[in-house]
Amino acid sequence: MTRSSALNESLDAEIRLLIEAIYSRYSYDFRDYTFASQKRRVMQGMLSLKCANVTQLMNKVISEPESFMQLLQYLTIPVSEMFRDPSYYAALREHAVPILRTYPSLKIWVAGCSTGEEIYSLAILLEEEGLLDRSIIYATDINPVSLEKAKKGIFPINRMPNYTENYQKSGGTKSFSDYYTAAYDGAIFDQALSRNVTFADHSLATDHIFSEVHLISCRNVMIYFNAALQARVLDLFYDSLCYKGFLGLGSKESLDYSTHAEKFLPVVKKDRLFRKSA
Amino acid sequence: MNSVNSLSKRQSNVDLVIIGGSAGALDVLLKLFAALPETLNFALIIIMHLPGDRESRLVEVLQLHTVHPVAEAEDKASVLSEHIYVAGSGYHLSVESDYTFSLSCEPPLHFSRPSIDILMGSAASAYGEKLIGILLTGANVDGAEGMKMIKEAGGKTIVQNPQEAQVRIMPEEAIKQMQPDLILTTAQICNLITEINHKI
Repeated sequence: MTRSSALNESLDAEIRLLIEAIYSRYSYDFRDYTFASQKRRVMQGMLSLKCANVTQLMNKVISEPESFMQLLQYLTIPVSEMFRDPSYYAALREHAVPILRTYPSLKIWVAGCSTGEEIYSLAILLEEEGLLDRSIIYATDINPVSLEKAKKGIFPINRMPNYTENYQKSGGTKSFSDYYTAAYDGAIFDQALSRNVTFADHSLATDHIFSEVHLISCRNVMIYFNAALQARVLDLFYDSLCYKGFLGLGSKESLDYSTHAEKFLPVVKKDRLFRKSA
Repeated sequence: MNSVNSLSKRQSNVDLVIIGGSAGALDVLLKLFAALPETLNFALIIIMHLPGDRESRLVEVLQLHTVHPVAEAEDKASVLSEHIYVAGSGYHLSVESDYTFSLSCEPPLHFSRPSIDILMGSAASAYGEKLIGILLTGANVDGAEGMKMIKEAGGKTIVQNPQEAQVRIMPEEAIKQMQPDLILTTAQICNLITEINHKI
């Protein structure tokens, strides 16, 4: 083993201790996240918090909740885009909406909603399909800072051209700019869109069913979970969905390598839209 | 003295080869593919930054040039020998210590996502000495840090000769940052690839 490999193993051990300490102190469970990206995020957080090594970082975040909240912004990866992967939203319109329309009231769960871009995208889609009034949307995440941003519904104005293009490709029926007003550097989305949204703290790693829902959208969250945690989450989703409820995953997430593949049937496989097996 | 032959006389076998590049790398890659041995007793991962939509066609293009199965690297899939994997566009690709792939949407590194540094760094931790990293022509500095991590973990590092490279930036940055084991022309890299794991 090279000296570098030995140091690397030491570093990995320190990171695992940090993750255990966070679980013990704050009950945030990162123990079953994939290690490679978690390691990179911890190292970034360590630099940002000006700690010389991971053990110092651990001592700091365990004793200072504000420091932990800073590190949390690195441990969760808040990347989101409105109408991301437009064909996913097109698939929802074409295949899920006709079924959802048959229910007098709808419950939708966006698991790992991050800073809210997906919430507003779904709300716009539902509004255009005449379904927003009868819907309750649960927007959950483990990061309170992201949830606060999601509630505000203000996104950088320089992203609007990209989002407009996504919206149009997804089958949007209006003019995208109808949904926001520009102020300074921000696009402020119509708060009426979030009138039926409940924002809440919920951890896919530790928490349980809170409602029976018709659609779960959980996109680019599960890639950060190892196989064991993915299995737990798929069980949770299965139990949370109504009869033949819909599950939407991120564009490169599949169930092919999961022990739980048979619990969901593909509706549009390429767009990662599934239904709960009967 | 380092030489092409010394790599094939090593004690430990090579389990993984990673080839990274960007501008101009596809041409080199097709020549390297022609040199792949009939039996591929290692896994091969290709990571290319290509403009626009071309990253998504890369699997099809490469499959035309080899009998070995070529597929996009999927999240949670195992890294298997005899297989050729291509890093998909828009997500970072890593290899975990249990030899499975994981994807991530972390921000781009050196304007690149997928990043060669991220793939090589994670593979270096998992594979150590059983890894060869090959860095080709390219227009940004992604890959230099990754090659350094491969070297530090005991793996072997080969950089395309900048004088022959279509764009020198990528190989030159690697040479500057980490002194690779070998600096080779395309023809020389082809010879080396034919000899990987070949018992003399």
